[in-house]
Amino acid sequence: MLGIKDFWVFFAYFGSIAGALVCVAYGIINWN
Amino acid sequence: MNILLISIIVIIFLIITGLLGYLGWRNTKNEADYLLAGRKTHPVIMAISYGATFISTAAIIGFGGAAAVFGMGILWLTFLNIIIGIFIAFVVFGKRTRKIGHNLDAHTFPELLGKRYDSRFLQVASGLLIFFSMPLYAGSVIIGGASFIAQTFGINYEIALFFFVAVVAVYVVMGGLKGVMYTDAFQGSVMFIGMFILLVFTYVKLGGVVSAHQALTNLAPEAVKVWGGAGHRGWTEMPSLGSVFWWQLVSTIVMGVGIGVLAQPQLAVRFMTVKSDRELNRGVLIGGVFILMMTGVGFVVGALTNVYFFNNPDFNVISIVAAGKKVDNIIPLYITKAMPAWFTAVFMVTLLAAAMSTLSSQFHTMGTSFGRDFMEKGLGIKSKNSLLSTKISMSFTIVFSTVIAYYLPKFFEQGSAIIAIGTAIFFGLCASTFLPLYIGALFSKRVTKEAAIAGFFVGLSVSLFWLVFVHVKESAPLGLCKVIFGVDSLGGKSILQQVDPLIIALPLSSLTTIVTSLFTKKIDKKHLDTCFYGVK
Repeated sequence: MLGIKDFWVFFAYFGSIAGALVCVAYGIINWN
Repeated sequence: MNILLISIIVIIFLIITGLLGYLGWRNTKNEADYLLAGRKTHPVIMAISYGATFISTAAIIGFGGAAAVFGMGILWLTFLNIIIGIFIAFVVFGKRTRKIGHNLDAHTFPELLGKRYDSRFLQVASGLLIFFSMPLYAGSVIIGGASFIAQTFGINYEIALFFFVAVVAVYVVMGGLKGVMYTDAFQGSVMFIGMFILLVFTYVKLGGVVSAHQALTNLAPEAVKVWGGAGHRGWTEMPSLGSVFWWQLVSTIVMGVGIGVLAQPQLAVRFMTVKSDRELNRGVLIGGVFILMMTGVGFVVGALTNVYFFNNPDFNVISIVAAGKKVDNIIPLYITKAMPAWFTAVFMVTLLAAAMSTLSSQFHTMGTSFGRDFMEKGLGIKSKNSLLSTKISMSFTIVFSTVIAYYLPKFFEQGSAIIAIGTAIFFGLCASTFLPLYIGALFSKRVTKEAAIAGFFVGLSVSLFWLVFVHVKESAPLGLCKVIFGVDSLGGKSILQQVDPLIIALPLSSLTTIVTSLFTKKIDKKHLDTCFYGVK
């Protein structure tokens, strides 16, 4: 998976990016 | 390394920091300004300040170096930092901390706990715990900052230590939390830019994202050759379940720091500096991206340094060997060898910003814990000018931390590993002692005063026992276990000696808090109504 062998490491890599995107979405939706 | 270029960049950085510290001093008119930045901080400043305080040189150098050893599995800490350290901390904990803190007119984290449980004793005990344990964490940050200044400019370590502490002390004591947060926001921005450039350069140098990851995956036999016996299976795989490496990675690094962040006094107080939940909602946006760019980049680049060093004809070895088996030297060596000269200067300022932004908040928190929570509330010493007495207390704690930073390396005699040890001890100790009663304070009307105090002391005593007698990483250098029992750890050769104190102490302190609440008198309903007024 994109050069990463272990699913759980892959999950941590993209989970971190997804987590940051969730934070961005939450901030925009609740901006006011 | 071009000393002139670095000097110019550092001087510009210090001038801007000084101006922002002066701005904080100019805008500080009263106690609420000094302790809580006037309770109307801009959300962007609050969020970057929170992130910059959270991320010190230990996170970039110490844990980045650890990523070169453990591999990308350490990204679980980044995942937890974003989900727990930002999203849950801001949205779930932050909003209630702000509201209850305002209802009770609390100005510090110990004061919030003390007033919520109607216990002056708890406020004083919490203040004293912070005062005595945080210098270990602050000392670690000072050692990291001073070592790197000494190495970069080729000056004496003691001079670097004095210079580093003096610069931070001036703007913290004079500017209060406003000075701290203004400078944090600037320093955090510098850190963000530095880490972003580092990520782009690294992936470009290694042929792109997938190529870099694949090259790291292909290096797995090299990792197994060195650490296979301890459970290492390669840098893009988790260590074998239950192995020594697995326990070190999961219990100390991922859980210890990932959960410990929730109960950090210097971070929790940030939630009380904004005037509404709206600022916290906006802060989530900034915080999530900031932490991803700090720890995410530090950990990915740390792991990928193995590819760079192994494929470089000058080295042809993995990172830990290239750095002379010193984990904390891996990232600086990589920056020096792999990055252009101008970026070395930028990265030096990035590290200086990371160290200063964390240290300034530590000084502020220790000073208020000693001055307001212990002297004023505990001993009843109330001067006419409480702001002045807080400043004097802060100066005292700064001297105390500096003395610890000076003697710590001489005591441990194992160089820079102290940075990671000091940080992990403080994070774990805070989680074990504060987290159960902090959660109880925010979310439950059933937790009693006696239960909060019992949970606090069980968490503290179990943590200290495990640190001194079982967790070999601390018990061996401390040596007390060896003196009394003749062994480095009471865990013997079992896996227990690798289990972090948090894994044992936090469940026990939580259980104590819950069970004691069942058998002790509830807190007065009128007081609880005041605490939870307007809490949704």
